[in-house]
Amino acid sequence: MVNLSRENGFNFLLAAGLLIIPFIAQSMDEPFGITLATRVAVLALAGVGLNLALGSGGLVSFGHAAFFGLGGYVAGILAHHALNYEPIMLSPFEINGTTEMLIIWPLAMLVSGLAALLIGYFSLRTSGVYFIMITLAFAQMIYYFAISWPAYGGEDGLPIYLRNTFPGVNTMDPISFFLIAYVILLLVIALVHVLNNSRFGAALQAARQNDERLSAVGIAPFNIRLVAFVISAMITGLAGALQADLLKFVDPSALSWHMSGEIMIFVILGGVGRLFGPVAGAALFILFESIFGGMTEYWMLFLGAVLLIVVLFARGGLVGFIAGKARHG
Amino acid sequence: MSALLDVKGIETFYGPSQALFGVDLEVGEGEVVALMGRNGMGKTTTISSICGLEKYRSGDVVFKGEDLKTLPSHKIARLGIGLVPEGRRCFPNLTVYENLIAAARTGDWTLDRVSTLFPRLKERFSQYANTLSGGEQQMLAVGRALMTNPDLLILDEATEGLAPVIRQEIWQAVRSLKETGQSILIVDKTLSELLPIADHCIILEKGTTVWKGKPEELTRDIENRYLGV
Repeated sequence: MVNLSRENGFNFLLAAGLLIIPFIAQSMDEPFGITLATRVAVLALAGVGLNLALGSGGLVSFGHAAFFGLGGYVAGILAHHALNYEPIMLSPFEINGTTEMLIIWPLAMLVSGLAALLIGYFSLRTSGVYFIMITLAFAQMIYYFAISWPAYGGEDGLPIYLRNTFPGVNTMDPISFFLIAYVILLLVIALVHVLNNSRFGAALQAARQNDERLSAVGIAPFNIRLVAFVISAMITGLAGALQADLLKFVDPSALSWHMSGEIMIFVILGGVGRLFGPVAGAALFILFESIFGGMTEYWMLFLGAVLLIVVLFARGGLVGFIAGKARHG
Repeated sequence: MSALLDVKGIETFYGPSQALFGVDLEVGEGEVVALMGRNGMGKTTTISSICGLEKYRSGDVVFKGEDLKTLPSHKIARLGIGLVPEGRRCFPNLTVYENLIAAARTGDWTLDRVSTLFPRLKERFSQYANTLSGGEQQMLAVGRALMTNPDLLILDEATEGLAPVIRQEIWQAVRSLKETGQSILIVDKTLSELLPIADHCIILEKGTTVWKGKPEELTRDIENRYLGV
């Protein structure tokens, strides 16, 4: 059984720790620490998106990089046009690029959401290994499209020369940008919490457990899953847009299946279906990368070992290890 | 007056093997209809066919004047058929509360009314369904079906395998539902409880309706022929 107070405590520690680290890094004059913390926040956000589909809905999507990359490309393309003073299209009406995050984010979410609607519409008719393969196939299609489309850099990617702007905040300041990512992360987690405890959340859990019973009470499992898949993709797309701004660069690797795998690793390491699981997972991932990545370029080997241990012995992930097994089993 | 539910000559197959060879039954507004028969005679298959969980190949199921043949099961449920499936099928990893609200549709049946009917559920709102006893799970399954505010409630073996005390609670609930005018199609093996509340009885044998009538017309002879062991 879940020890709720312990889980809440751990969640609070995670949230507080993530908030404090950049300030410590700044006081120690180690700006790279701020970047690392920002990466944790952004990647955790992508994981929170996947966790809604994977954890609550049981939808093992191996194609969430598609949404992550699309979000990134929305940010990149809009900024590219704005900075070059080239309209995106002239007819029938002129659309210009923008460097306003407040416009970029909703657009990134819209594009990822629409893509998820299309991908989900087809892939959610299948389940299990077929679902994994179809989501992967869709993501790879978008990946190869991005590689072979030269207008936006193709394989070389698309630089964002100046980080996009947020009203009243100097986004070039690492701490400010971290805070933007951090606040979004917490807001989205709060939203997911509300969603999980709503009627929709209960129906989504029920759909994971038994389709037939759910339709016998008048709810179409397909529709519930599709909505969850779209919301999940929108969150991951938003994370993609933030990642593009963090790196000031977006390239097809954000769309590749490696990225899908990484997002899934955050979720599994942290704890599938746990509210702060992706935060714990992303933090662990970045920690490993910065500790072992400095020693050897084969640091993924260690990560793989840890992942193996988690899957074999601590199936609730880090959060589950600390706060007990969840109802996910 | 046409019946609330009218099933005419449905035939259902599991792959190549035929399970129903023409089942007829009717449930009128406010009626309690008992669907009877020995094990393996097609009672549950009939219910699955009505609810759209199995598709029938021929025959007609008409509910509130609508043909159910092409409707997916969730649309059938929304039309107003509330199923309590065999074997207490709750959502084990949802709490009692979540089980109930997930199913809820607006109408007379609310959380309050369900907890008045089954006070035990009220006490266990925050508990996971898989931690409930068998009887409580059954109550939850009935409560969940009622939360959809069905015009027709279908109970498939609702008291099977439960302790006598719990059975009585469930039968009491069924009787009070009947008093409120709830139409019910019920499958059960306890004739002594079933017959007093049934308005009509239907007996299936080998996937066909073999007898229809009022409970008082059910003679010992018929009972031995179709229901006895």
